[in-house]
Amino acid sequence: MNTATAKPRLTTSAMIASIASEGQRTRSAPFGTALVELARDRPDIVGMSADLAKYTDLHLFAQAYPERFFQMGMAEQLLMGAAGGMAKEGFTPFITTYAVFASRRAYDFIHQVIAEENLNVKIACALPGLTTGYGPSHQATEDIAIFRGVPGLTIVDPCDALDTEQAVAAMAAHQGPVYMRLLRGKVPLVLDEYDYSFELGKAKLLRDGREVLVISSGIMTMRALEVAEVLRADKIGVAVLHTPTIKPLDEETIVREARRSGRLVVVAENHSVVGGLGEAVAGALLRAGVAPPFRQVALPDAFLDAGALPTLHDRYGISTEAMAASIKSWLR
Amino acid sequence: MEHTNTALQGAAYRIRRYALRMGEVQGQGYVGQALGMADILAVAYRHAMQYRPDQPEWEGRDRFLLSHGHYAIALYAALFEAGILPEEELETYGSDDSRLPMSGMATYTPGMEMSGGSLGQGLTIAVGMALGLRQKANPAFVYNSMSDGELDEGATWEAAMSAAHYRLGNLITLVDINNQQADGPSGKILGFEPLADKWTAFGWFVQRANGNDLDAVVAAFDAARAHPLPQPRVILFDTLMGSGVPFLEQRDKNHFIRVEADEWQQAIALLDSQHAPATHPAGEKP
Repeated sequence: MNTATAKPRLTTSAMIASIASEGQRTRSAPFGTALVELARDRPDIVGMSADLAKYTDLHLFAQAYPERFFQMGMAEQLLMGAAGGMAKEGFTPFITTYAVFASRRAYDFIHQVIAEENLNVKIACALPGLTTGYGPSHQATEDIAIFRGVPGLTIVDPCDALDTEQAVAAMAAHQGPVYMRLLRGKVPLVLDEYDYSFELGKAKLLRDGREVLVISSGIMTMRALEVAEVLRADKIGVAVLHTPTIKPLDEETIVREARRSGRLVVVAENHSVVGGLGEAVAGALLRAGVAPPFRQVALPDAFLDAGALPTLHDRYGISTEAMAASIKSWLR
Repeated sequence: MEHTNTALQGAAYRIRRYALRMGEVQGQGYVGQALGMADILAVAYRHAMQYRPDQPEWEGRDRFLLSHGHYAIALYAALFEAGILPEEELETYGSDDSRLPMSGMATYTPGMEMSGGSLGQGLTIAVGMALGLRQKANPAFVYNSMSDGELDEGATWEAAMSAAHYRLGNLITLVDINNQQADGPSGKILGFEPLADKWTAFGWFVQRANGNDLDAVVAAFDAARAHPLPQPRVILFDTLMGSGVPFLEQRDKNHFIRVEADEWQQAIALLDSQHAPATHPAGEKP
């Protein structure tokens, strides 16, 4: 092998590495910071974690309000059950673990203890989708598919630090259970450059464009905005409709935008092609009798590789470059 | 030993009778479990617990979690006895639009504190409620009632560790050991003995008692509540399925005791004949 010409091999970053790209503006621990601020006037808010407070920015809450923080140990079923018990006693628990453990290991407790009684528990889970290179044990590529089936469970997938901060307040104001895909550590700051504010249950058009409508959530909205800039050079207009609330889905806005004729509709999500935003949008459009050209930018229905995130995002088509290339090929 | 408390005897008798009448309404039900647990429930609702019948959500009440949701028939019987549910509703047990579904659900029934049935969840909820009560400086107790089969569930032991970790002296767990699970005797499905040693090792104050001996049940509840150390408490109650109705006690033991249509009235008659007429509930239909 000629090592001189081989592409340099990236190494898997630390599990808790930031998803921010080089030089990107970030804000530190938006979830933990916003929660500390909010809890000042909300004595009912308590924090609970399953041995991952430090890795979900909940340690900030634990430091600020030690008497209101409850460490439940590496026991996710207990975490959900005890949070339900806390909510039954009138508290508003914000609880954290990784998305894989909440969705796969503790599902029945979320379904039966929390959701069935519509308890006021806010479940914030780190490492959503493909945001770690540690392989399938830590990559929650199907969490939304799992949780969309739970009646009454609100699902939120914020894009950046601003979205996360505002989502925390909105979740606390909402009566009922919420699942949030949590971005932790140094979180990119993007949406402050747009006329945008987070509203639970609302999709917001961040920019308009004639050729393509991207409907996206989570970090894929950030990518979609970058793609829109890239494709502008090719005279391709890309609209971006950010849909941070996956459930209940803002079908009215989605259908209205998709109905505008001639545009390719691309749903972009940091999630498996199975059961996520893409299929939710497809169902909404079909039910409304709207049938535009439709494509998905999403993770494959597969156990994903371990490795460096930039490598993996390229490999699975959710990097800015890969997504721009896909859209150009679909327009041909 | 002769029972000193005829009031509790009367309560246990009526709980058994309510359960049999619900069983007759439906033609089925976990009546074996209800009869086995009647004495424990009589002591819980007529001796140990604080509650207001007309105010099931009173903040000062002791919380009673029915983790084993299929025992709903037993708890409904106790809730009739406690006056939390009106006896007229007994006839609706298990029928469409009833507040008394076959498996207990908090969203359906006053006095039902959790939606049980997915076994092994009650103790996790109890830990959260006990922590919450302590946070509010509310002196109420949380009782978690569970079956021996739920000892198989890992979450039970997650919660057991946490309750000891947080020194939850306001948490009392009641384990109904009738040694029957869906697939056979509990000891053969997944052996849990030595059970008292396990709970002790997990940091709990442990008692084991005959759950069909009212005096023993009263003593165990009293000791659990009075225990001076800040640690969670568990009472391991050995019970006899079908207790109080001899032909059901002797029936081949099974998770779901089969009762023929003509046997409900026989069982009620047997129960009545054993019980002094003086404590027969006034005005009740035979």
